[in-house]
Amino acid sequence: MTLIVKTLTAMEPETPGWRARLAAWTPFLVIAPSLIASFVYVFVFSGWTLYISLSDSSMLPSYRFVGIRPYIDLWSNLRWKIAYSNLFFFSGFYVVLAMLLGLALAIAIDQRVRGEAIWRTIFLYPLAVSFVVTGAVWRWIYSPDVGIEHFVRGFGWSDFTFRLTTDRNLAIYAIIATGVWQSSGFAMALFLAGLRSVDPDLVKAAQIDGASRFRIYAKIILPTIAPIFVAVAVVLLQFAIKTFDLVVALTNGGPGISTTFPANYVYDLMFQRGQINIGAAAAVMMLLALAVVLVPYSLWLVWRRRREGRAYG
Amino acid sequence: MVDAAYEAEYLAAARTEARRYALGRIGVYAFLTVFAIIYLLPLFVVIANSFRQLPEITRNGLIAFPRSFSLEAWPRAWSHFCVGGACEGIHRNFYNSLLMTIPATIISSLLGALNGYVLSKWRFRGSEVLFVCMMLGVFMPGQIALMPWAFVLGHLHISNTLQGLVLIHCVQGLSFTTLFCRNYYISIPDDLVKAARIDGAGFWRIFYKIILPLSPPILIVTVIWQFTGIWNEYLFGVVFTDGAQQPITAALVALATSQMNAHAYDVTGAAVLIGAAPPLLIYFLGGKYFVRGLTQGAVK
Repeated sequence: MTLIVKTLTAMEPETPGWRARLAAWTPFLVIAPSLIASFVYVFVFSGWTLYISLSDSSMLPSYRFVGIRPYIDLWSNLRWKIAYSNLFFFSGFYVVLAMLLGLALAIAIDQRVRGEAIWRTIFLYPLAVSFVVTGAVWRWIYSPDVGIEHFVRGFGWSDFTFRLTTDRNLAIYAIIATGVWQSSGFAMALFLAGLRSVDPDLVKAAQIDGASRFRIYAKIILPTIAPIFVAVAVVLLQFAIKTFDLVVALTNGGPGISTTFPANYVYDLMFQRGQINIGAAAAVMMLLALAVVLVPYSLWLVWRRRREGRAYG
Repeated sequence: MVDAAYEAEYLAAARTEARRYALGRIGVYAFLTVFAIIYLLPLFVVIANSFRQLPEITRNGLIAFPRSFSLEAWPRAWSHFCVGGACEGIHRNFYNSLLMTIPATIISSLLGALNGYVLSKWRFRGSEVLFVCMMLGVFMPGQIALMPWAFVLGHLHISNTLQGLVLIHCVQGLSFTTLFCRNYYISIPDDLVKAARIDGAGFWRIFYKIILPLSPPILIVTVIWQFTGIWNEYLFGVVFTDGAQQPITAALVALATSQMNAHAYDVTGAAVLIGAAPPLLIYFLGGKYFVRGLTQGAVK
């Protein structure tokens, strides 16, 4: 950036008004490097990966076009199919459970409890902890040797079994539970802020009319904060689609390949198996999944803003 | 007579009401307590185990009241423990993470503030469209940029260096910081800026004298967001660096998933705590402002 400024000043020596002209250009010059970087990052990089996904790259990137063959290879791969169905299964449970729990916690904290700041801190701190740390610690807690199974057996229930992470049908639930542990505090914080933004007079009026607490929540408060539900769901969904580190640290995709996720698959194909083109195709599929979530959401946002603009304008 | 009956009925109703209220209160606190225990359990487990002796952990399990005490695990995790062939503990990776996170956080926050300032107070034709394009970066999955980054880092000769990771995190973080700052600066009245312009203040003067002094609330949000995000990031760290250059998250995964160290609960516990400490510290110090700022931005 400084280079551009320097050349610009050098190009316009001492002519009257160069200062003014520079001043007029300053905002654009300030933002230009970031814009170029973001543009390259978003469009050029995605386009690049898209092209690689249509090439015959293997160990090293190559630019020989082979059409959609890598996609056919991708979709005929069992591991990828498992990864994709895991993603759907995980996203559904993770988003719904994190939202339900977040909402329940937010409503509980909203009942004028003592020590609100302490409760909030307790439920939100997992958000500051990396997925790597979260996965490593929960891996222990689920471990049969020293975790929950050992703990319960210590009370004398000697044939109690709790083996989520070592059972290929159950391991995905361990990932769901851990993901919910990590993210429900985030949902809680946003819901709590939403609950606080509801007009208190509205609630008071309903109370005077004799509405029960349950009815007040179901009929007045929750419908008012509906936009927050959508926002939280979208944020959580895109977390879900990007799930990677949590799986690496918690189950490493196992047992077997039962908890492979798309992000893990991309990484493995690009850097372990030397099938860059198929890995790139998988990354493009991830981008598509994100678009499926985000495009309708942004359209909805625009639509809502327009509608509000009409209502208040 | 009638009054007395009415009064008795009223008192009974009040009593049931009070009992219901008390039950409700108990229910709320019980619910919160149960979940608080679940939420705190992992933290308790790691802290306790980093101070217990390994034989006692293996005997009594991880979830147990500590019955032994040892400070040995901490120095071992910091500087002696063997991960992937090198027996240096995780101190090097910890410093790597600091050297990566601090510059990337500062640079991306400052650029975000400048971008936000331009996009809210110096709008030009097409700036809204450019803003939306920048925002797409928020949602980009890192996986789609891996190959291009490898190429770019290679050609800039910063493969396997912390500078490379700083560059990646700056570019990736720009969208977040710009979004946060722009949404915050929008609420600063334009008249303030207009008045200053009439008084002859230019772009930079307005930024230093008006915008920056009003910025601490949003800068706290971007700094916390960027710091925790970059510190906790794993994918780029593991893909673009190896060995002594790796950030802490990559080292922790190597430690936690290695078969050799599978049962070194004490040392892994200490290492995990060291790796989680900086973002946790930042969060406990500034979390209040973070939640406030985040919700202000998100709820709008």
